[in-house]
Amino acid sequence: MPVAPLIACPECDLLQAETPLPPRRTACCRRCGVALYRSTSHSLDRSLAFSLAAVVLLVIANMLPIAGLDVRGQHTETTLWGAVQALYDQDRVAVSVLVFVTTLFAPATELCIMLYMLLPLRLGQVPRHLSLAFRLAPIAREWGLVDVFMLGVVVSLIKLGNLAIVVPGIALWSFGVLILLLTAIGASFDAREFWLRADANRAALERSASGSAARPLEPAT
Amino acid sequence: MSLPHTTAVDAGLLSCPACELVSRPPPGAADVFATATARCPRCGARVHPRKPDSIARTWAFLIAACVLYIPANALPIMDTSSLFDAQQDTILSGVVYLWTTGSWVTALIVFIASIVTPLLKLVTLSALVISVQKKSTWRPHMRARLYRVVSLVGRWSMLDIFVVAVLVALVQIQSIAVITAGPGAFAFGAVVVLTMFAAFSFDPRLIWDPVKAAHA
Ligand SMILES: [Zn+2]
Repeated sequence: MPVAPLIACPECDLLQAETPLPPRRTACCRRCGVALYRSTSHSLDRSLAFSLAAVVLLVIANMLPIAGLDVRGQHTETTLWGAVQALYDQDRVAVSVLVFVTTLFAPATELCIMLYMLLPLRLGQVPRHLSLAFRLAPIAREWGLVDVFMLGVVVSLIKLGNLAIVVPGIALWSFGVLILLLTAIGASFDAREFWLRADANRAALERSASGSAARPLEPAT
Repeated sequence: MSLPHTTAVDAGLLSCPACELVSRPPPGAADVFATATARCPRCGARVHPRKPDSIARTWAFLIAACVLYIPANALPIMDTSSLFDAQQDTILSGVVYLWTTGSWVTALIVFIASIVTPLLKLVTLSALVISVQKKSTWRPHMRARLYRVVSLVGRWSMLDIFVVAVLVALVQIQSIAVITAGPGAFAFGAVVVLTMFAAFSFDPRLIWDPVKAAHA
């Protein structure tokens, strides 16, 4: 049984009453000071828009080379997948899997989950496995290390810069924008609004399923 | 109304780790605080008053990470072979190379991400678990903030793994130089993953539990 107006701080378990906030403000825990919730509007629409844009950039970032190298007239370049492949070919399977999961699989999964949840919600539907998707999203987000990878590319180019002519790849810019979008998704997504929308959609679907004859009076808005 | 600090556990309530909904344990569950059967009524995630076996799990991950920390730093993470010589690089020698070639800022970044952060994370998390085991009431605000910082910065330790991945893919010019990943890369990656798991399994609410008891 849910206890609606109460929230418990996720970091210190203090029970507090949820109060409405003025726009663009954050409620913090009274005891430990951690941010509890923000006042947001249209957060789901913004998350959806960022997710759609991020999908495009993730595809672009993975198709183009992240960096190139010119040594004595020889040119080599690599994509992210090329790096995963090179580690795999050298029998560093675990390291290869680690790079694949943190730079490709986790962000791709996060974006798929966001679209799976937010697109139907936007269209007045409720996806079948909404709860499962909701629980998996933060795990995928936690293991996505695109920002760290980007710094890694920069550091390796600096390392090589003493020995050869390095060419930053176009994918590097796509990764930069992708990092901004992934951050924006995390910042704009509001779990409160998410569950409100899901409950509203569910109620509307039930009402239309039970037929217009027994439709209860709706409050005028 | 609730100015004396009342936690969800005190009130006999459960809060969902995924969607943060506060709920009453289902009737009939005799001791929901001991068992692991309750699920969040909204999102279906397993709800526990505190993360189950938080201390034991955190210790397990920390000890495993400590053990692997030695090969992670002693073994080469990268082998460079060129026409003239073969060179093996550990994490530390990579930093030294950057420093001696004049890339001081980069050297500092890699030093902090690869050497300072994992060590600091191991020490801080161990200290936090010990303080929780001793039911310490010492500066809970500072310890809570330490935990927050440690779980935020931990991911940046993966930096060197990505550097190796990019170098290994780029430097494959058979006639000039070839870079391959060394056994240290596996150990180092494992240390970072294990410390991330350690941070996830630690329950920061345990820091505050004895604080409340002392004030009551
Ligand atoms: Zn708190």
